[in-house]
Amino acid sequence: MSTARPDTRAVSPTPHAGTDIAEPAEAGTRPRRRRLVVNAVRFVPLVVFLGGWEVLARAGVLDPFFFGQPTRIAAQVGDWVTGGTEIGSLWTQVGVTLQEALVGFAIGVVLGIVCGIALGRVRMLADIFGPYIKVLNSIPRIVLGSIFIVWLGLGVQSKVALAMVLVFFAVFFNAFQGTREVDRNLVANARILGASKRQVTFHVVLPSALTWIIASLHVSFGFALIGAIVGEFLGAQQGLGLLISQAQGSFNPNGVFAAMVVIAVIALAAEGLITLLEKQLLSWRPPQLSGADL
Amino acid sequence: MTHSDPSPPAIELRDVTKRFRTPAGSVHTALRRLNLTVAPGEFCAVVGPTGCGKSTTLSLISGLEPASRGEVLVDGGPVRGISEGIAFVFQNDAVFPWKSVLANVAAGPLFRGVPRREAVEQARDWLRRVGLAGFEDRHPHQLSGGMRKRVALAQSLINRPRILLMDEPFAALDVQTRQIMSDELLRLWELTRPAVVFITHDLEEAIALADKVVVLTAGPGTVKATFEVGLPRPRRAQEIRFDAAFVEMYQRIWESLRDEVELAYARTAAAPPSTAEPEKETL
Repeated sequence: MSTARPDTRAVSPTPHAGTDIAEPAEAGTRPRRRRLVVNAVRFVPLVVFLGGWEVLARAGVLDPFFFGQPTRIAAQVGDWVTGGTEIGSLWTQVGVTLQEALVGFAIGVVLGIVCGIALGRVRMLADIFGPYIKVLNSIPRIVLGSIFIVWLGLGVQSKVALAMVLVFFAVFFNAFQGTREVDRNLVANARILGASKRQVTFHVVLPSALTWIIASLHVSFGFALIGAIVGEFLGAQQGLGLLISQAQGSFNPNGVFAAMVVIAVIALAAEGLITLLEKQLLSWRPPQLSGADL
Repeated sequence: MTHSDPSPPAIELRDVTKRFRTPAGSVHTALRRLNLTVAPGEFCAVVGPTGCGKSTTLSLISGLEPASRGEVLVDGGPVRGISEGIAFVFQNDAVFPWKSVLANVAAGPLFRGVPRREAVEQARDWLRRVGLAGFEDRHPHQLSGGMRKRVALAQSLINRPRILLMDEPFAALDVQTRQIMSDELLRLWELTRPAVVFITHDLEEAIALADKVVVLTAGPGTVKATFEVGLPRPRRAQEIRFDAAFVEMYQRIWESLRDEVELAYARTAAAPPSTAEPEKETL
């Protein structure tokens, strides 16, 4: 009974922590102990999963020829880092994939924001282009990868195009929705204060829609990576996707998993950067709203 | 108070009717043949039961909404689009949450093309006047409700409006803060003396602040009666309530308002929720 209460208080910190110094000792140690417990327990599923996999593979229950083996995956990553891959240095492959993903991401985000806000602001545009966008959104866009390779060749451009298309729709729909959800009182206030249509867009609509847009960035960087890698998969001379497809072709599951590990590291780093950007851009929000850390 | 002077009234509504199409497709009449005149520098309070179209009146004067019928004149000219020289203090917070307090107050002059340095200087000036010096770099969520209202007031008054429209501006505040803000408003009003249309549910607040109290009928709204408040200025909103003349005024206006309030209440209580008229008009 007595232990349940402080716990519920610990997960709901007061927004203005600086003003509240009533119970510092208790409030200080409880969260710290909680964090230790969380971190310790967090490793258990990982250890069980990887350990179980390793043991089952060694015991012959899981055939390492098909399923791979954690230690061999680690060895494969180590090999790539020190000795390079079959298609050149690992860093070159990472660089190529990253370049494709980042360029596609940047173009897709900018186009998505511009189109989303334009259609959200101008009713006429939304009515005219709405059906087209719905149709384009409903077709499986990953197929466009093949078309882009036919059009743009095996180089970087076709992957950039695929990443861009995937990112565009994710950002577009959020920018559009964010624009529609802008508080009408704020728009009315800006107009009465003397703002032109353009000023309303930049001073009210854009900052307000930014909450939605940034939420979409988390998902869409993943899409950019998918676009780049699937594009490489479909046909390329360099890149992590090519590495995967070669590992697949030579029946090397460890190679596939190793590439996955490398990609996961990239994705996590990007996620961290986007979270930093979010904190920066949305610093005006009250802390309890921007708090959900997952 | 007499209309003998040659300058046109600050605000004039002539026979104004406003209809809205409801989402269900039917037509809702918010205002019917409303006549209202506010002289330059006059403080006019509008009271009326819920849903009588008080807020609609303000959207018409500000130019956010056109009238369905009748004429809306500001400074003698018809209103087309957002009118110059008007400020609007909204019921809910309409300060920009992503701008600092200083940027919020400077927004009006900046929108109107005043050079940045000058706009910031004016904004600092107005923040001093509303007692928020030292809070320039805060964001609205870091302020109390009363402080946010002060930001909204400074943001509106910095444009030196000839007309100030206020839509139940203090409704969300607690009673003490509300009275303090009333005094604050009167003090600021004296600085630039705009004509004010102040909408409120609170009859005490209306009498304490205004030169003239207009009672609207239960919707569709039209003017039922107009009362001149002869109480001397400067007033202290917190103390004027105990004045005998105030109490007598209150009784007279309440006589007029009571029937409308009861009628409006009977309607909302009787109407099944599915067919109830939308109470709050969209801007």
